[in-house]
This record gives sequence, C-alpha cells and structure tokens, in this order.
Amino acid sequence: MSDTHPTPTFMILPSDGEETGPAVSPLRPGQNPDAIAISGQWTLIRRRFFSNKVAVFAGIVVLLFYAIGLFAEFLAPTSPTLAQPTFTYAPPQDISLFVTGEDGTRHWEPHVKGYAMTVDPASLRRSFAIDDANVIPIGLFVEGVPYKLWGLFEMNTHLLGPLDPTQPMNLLGTDSLGRDLLSRLIFGTRISMSIGLIGVISSLIIGVTLGALSGYFGGWTDIAIQRLIEVISAMPTIPLWLGLAAAVPIAWSPLQVYFMVTLIVSLLAWTGLAREVRGRFLALRSEDFVTAAILDGSGQMRVIFRHILPSLTSHILAVVTLAIPTMIVAETALSFLGIGLKSPVISWGVLLQDAQNIRTIATAPWLLIWPSGAVVLTVLAFNFLGDGMRDAADPYAT
Amino acid sequence: MLGYVFKRILLMIPTMIGISIISFVIIQLPPGDYLTSLLASMADSGQTVDATEIARMRANYGLDDPMVVQYWKWISGIILRGDFGYSFEWGRPVSELIWDRMGATLSISVAALLFVWAVSLPIGIYSAVKRHSIGDHIATLFGFLGLAIPNFILALTLMYVSYKYFDQSVGGLYSPEYVGADWSWGRVWDLLKHLWIPVIVIGTSGTAALIRILRANLTDELSKPYVVTARAKGLSEYEVIMRYPVRIALNPFVSAIGWVLPQLISGVTITAIVLNLPTAGPLLLRALISQDMYLAGSFILLMGVLTLIGMLVSDLLLALLDPRIRFT
Repeated sequence: MSDTHPTPTFMILPSDGEETGPAVSPLRPGQNPDAIAISGQWTLIRRRFFSNKVAVFAGIVVLLFYAIGLFAEFLAPTSPTLAQPTFTYAPPQDISLFVTGEDGTRHWEPHVKGYAMTVDPASLRRSFAIDDANVIPIGLFVEGVPYKLWGLFEMNTHLLGPLDPTQPMNLLGTDSLGRDLLSRLIFGTRISMSIGLIGVISSLIIGVTLGALSGYFGGWTDIAIQRLIEVISAMPTIPLWLGLAAAVPIAWSPLQVYFMVTLIVSLLAWTGLAREVRGRFLALRSEDFVTAAILDGSGQMRVIFRHILPSLTSHILAVVTLAIPTMIVAETALSFLGIGLKSPVISWGVLLQDAQNIRTIATAPWLLIWPSGAVVLTVLAFNFLGDGMRDAADPYAT
Repeated sequence: MLGYVFKRILLMIPTMIGISIISFVIIQLPPGDYLTSLLASMADSGQTVDATEIARMRANYGLDDPMVVQYWKWISGIILRGDFGYSFEWGRPVSELIWDRMGATLSISVAALLFVWAVSLPIGIYSAVKRHSIGDHIATLFGFLGLAIPNFILALTLMYVSYKYFDQSVGGLYSPEYVGADWSWGRVWDLLKHLWIPVIVIGTSGTAALIRILRANLTDELSKPYVVTARAKGLSEYEVIMRYPVRIALNPFVSAIGWVLPQLISGVTITAIVLNLPTAGPLLLRALISQDMYLAGSFILLMGVLTLIGMLVSDLLLALLDPRIRFT
C-alpha cells in the first residue's frame, strides 16, 4: 500500500525506483540536510507521521472521542438515565439559530422546536411531530441536572441544553423509555472507548511477553507458543467470545462484568501482537547491539526489555492502534447480543441492543443510526491512524 | 506432494487437540455441571430425586472423575461413536441437533466465499491496473468502509433498508409459504431472494480485505521486468495483464480460504442471530444463555474444526498452484 501515501518530503534519495536521475539527487531547497541526517529515530518517525494528513486527521478524531468520553457528564445535555415517560421514541429535534417574530423580523435566538403529541385512538400508540410554534430556547453552559464530574466535583453546568431544564431537548431523539439518546451516546463513548484502551493494554502485556519469549529463545518455547497462537487464531472469534462471555456469572456487579468482558476481548487479540513482536525479535536477535549487550554481561531479561523492546516500540504502537477497533467492535457485538455489558452500564453495544428488531428500527431509526455511526467512525479513525503509524514506524525503510 | 500432504495433516493434529481442549474448557466454565442443571430443572417441574440416585448418576456420567478423564470421555465419545453428549434443554442427543445447522452454516459461508471471490477479483484487478483513477478511489473508500462496518450493524441496516424501501420481509431463509416445502424452482428463487442479504453482509469485510491485498500484490507484479518484456513483444494489454501477473497475484485468493473462512464462519454466527437464519449461530447463542453446555461446546468444536479444514484445503490448493511452497 506504499503507493497510496505521499512520499515524505524529507527523503533525500528517490524511493520508488521510477526516477532515473543523477546518482546523488539534488537536495530540495529550503531544507537543511544535516538536520535530517543527525535527527534521531523518533524525530524521523514524527516527521513521517505528520506528513500523512489522513492519519493526522484520524488521530485528531480519535483524541476527540476520548475527550468526549472524559468529559461525558459535562458534554451530555442531561442525565443518560433520566427517563421522560411522556416522550418515548420522540424523534430528533433540529437546532435553529433564528426566531422569526410576529412582525416578520428575524432575531438571534438558538432554539429547538417542541413536540406535538398525537395518540392513535386505535392502538393508543403515541407519535410525536415537531411543533413549529413551540420554541424552546437553548444555550451554552446552561444549568441542568446536577452531576459529579469524575465522581469528585459537584457541578450542574452542561455545555449545551435548554434554558429551562424542564423543557425537552433531544437532539438525537429518545429511546423506549424516553431517555435522551445524545446523552446516552456520550456516556457510551466513555465505556466503549475505555474498553478498547484497557483491553489493548492487557493484550499488550500478554502479547509482548509471549512474543518476546518466543522470538528470543526460539526452540521449544517458540514451538509451544506458536502452536498456542495457531490454535487461538484458528478458532472463529465470535463463537469463542460468545462461549467465554456466556460463562460470566449473572450475579456479578457491572464493574466486574466490565473487566471480565475487557479481558475476554483481549484474550483473543494478543496473538497478532505476539506474532509481530516475535518476527521483529527474530530479526533483531542477531544484530550487533544485542551481541554487544550480551558480551557486556547483561542478563537475558535486561537484553529483552532494555535493549530489544525499545527498538520495536514504534511497531508495537502501530499494531496496538490497529487492535483497538477490533476490541471496540467485539464489545459492541457481545453487548448487542445481550451477553456482554448490560444495562445500567451504557456502551454503544448496549445502546444497539435497543435496535434489535425491525419494528423498533422502523419506529425509531435514530436508535440504529447514531450508535452504529459512532462505532463505524471510531473504527475508521483508528484504522487510518494505525495505517499511518505503521507506515511511519520504520523511518529507515524506503 | 504426497509427503507434503501427509506432513500438513500431521501438523493439524496438535491444533485440533488444542481446539477440542478450548471447547471442553468452555463446557466446564459455568459453575455447576450437567447434573446440577438437570436436577435444578427436575426440581422446577416438581420431581424429587433421592441422594443414592444422584450418586449413581454422578458415577454414571463420571462427574467426579478428574478433568483429564472427563475430557477423555467426552472427546473419545465424539471420535469413536459420534456421541456429542446430551442437550438437556432439548432433551435430545446433541448429534441430532447440530448437523442440519452446521450444514446451513457451511453452505452460507461457502456462498459468501464465492461472493467474495467474484466481487474482489474484477475490482482488485481494475484497481491495480487503473491506479489512482476515480474508480480506484471509490474501491478504496468502499474497502475502508467495508472493513469498518461490523457485520451485525450492516445486517440491521440492510434489514431496515429492504423493509423501508423494498417492502420485503427479511430474516430467515424462506418466505413462510416455502418453509418445509418440497424443492421447486419457486423455492430456489425464494431462497436466493433471502440469501443475498446474509451473503453481502458476511462477505463485505472479506471482499474489502481481498481487494486491498490483490491490488497491492498486482501492483508489485506489474512493475516487474517480465511485464515490460511482454508488453515490448507486442502482447495485447489484456494478455499482458491476465496471462502472468494476475495468475501470480491470485495466490492470496487461495490462501484467503484459510483466513477468510474463520471470519465468514464468525460472521455467519452473528449475522444469523440478527437475521434469524437457521444456522448454528442462533442455536449456539441460545444454548450458551441457557447453559446447555454440551450443545454449545459441540458447536464451538465443530466450527473450529471446520476452520481448520478450510485452512488445510487452502494450504493444499496453494501447494498445488505454487510448487515453491511445498519445499519450504
């Protein structure tokens, strides 16, 4: 895929072999060749990464998602568990910025339109329509449902909300209990994104340790670990996840279930990482600096963790980034099927549980659209970011 | 070649044992065992069982044996007698329940694999030959999206779209009037009308991955000197591309069976649950939730074995296609 990425501008030699110029390429003006020649590995990696605009943009998106998860209480317009029995399956409201007064003049007043409810006399089902006459003014930094930010600071300021907290504002609609989907989505971001992060850390520990042992020692250790990896990657993942997740006792607390699900998701994800690490170890094992370290009297652990591993950090980072979306999707799938996280915990998968049958989706398509949109966007962003990191991981390769 | 086949099959055995151990562990994971579940369900229905009877049954089922012995009983029953244990939820031997379902899982997976091949081959070749054209960019975009959208979300979306815009009932493999009917052209047509959604849903991510791989491989091949030579000798552009580079770049198509098949089987599981298809997926989920562990374990075991066989087939085909592989 090297052809899809722009050639980094700092490269002095032609890299693609198509160019048949002079043996020593003319240097591009405005660049100090010495600065590149003497810059360290990480400087080169950074330069190459930042020259890939798509990856940088994807990185910003990923950071934004984490920021949303971090400040969920403040960003959510209301509490994610607050049920509004009168507004079940209420459709999304649009934000308008101007109000047209009775005399026909338009003036600045951000608002959403309220609902007009009609009850079907036969089925007694409520349906909502946007009522243009009912203006609900909204604003930034409004006071609303009180919360404790990170369980520490008592606050009641929300980034965006109706000026009158008793009025409904559901920018993405509501679910079967009349809970605000936007708030739930924002809180779901916290759980879903953190599962990816925690899961990847645990699979990183397993993967790097086993991969390093396998690649460094070789022989029987290698064979045993490789067999194990082969067995695990031969299992179709979803049935195996299902099997493990179904064994989580029902009586466990949401927090325990959360960690168990994370662990299950990461149990199967470490194999790719272990393979990558092993391959690099095999390549690096015979390098001079390793021999030098051994001759210096370093112990095996020191050689592995102090000398070899640091030189693969960039590769590991790339693989890890590409592993996170798999975990997020895994958690979403498990929760969607009802054997992962469960209510009252809110994750994207739990939200999608509400969109399980075609009846509900037909009544309230937003319950499917927004949570799946969040999942797809996150996965895309992580994939682009990871691709960019992988390309930048080895700055000496051409 | 025969030696290679033999060696490859021999290598499969430890992996197979590993898979059976994992399946067995999953059977054993939930607290309690088969008998406690049975007793609980008997107590629910008002039956009482005295202690000696329980002890006799425990001995009978070997529930107090060490794990290794239990494992051996379970696996030898499967290998020697085709006995997969007993499903207490259905009150029938597991072997009566699974084969139809596994057959359906396999058929849909194979259908999806054919779809993956049929779609990714032309698009992959086009993308590599017309690099950086609009069509290529569209294919790349589709590829990224295909990889990013989880199966079940795609299934739900297609369900919604086909419900809303085509007014077609989705889910299941047949319309109600054809369920259990004799085979006829009408039934085949009906099956095809229902099959396209699961096949597209399951095949999309594999297609996307394969397009990327084919494009990268073919791009490498196309810049090699022999292609230039062929072109210089006046071969038509079609011949130049199809004769050699495509043939070489096709290797990943065959090896894809090895890694696409697990994905497909995995995909069928969850897609089938969403679309309510009569494959292993929904039954597996139900068995897991009700802790009908012998049934669940058998499904997991068989799916693993199916994957392994797929990998074996792909390796053998690859060796057949590319003699270099046999000797490494």
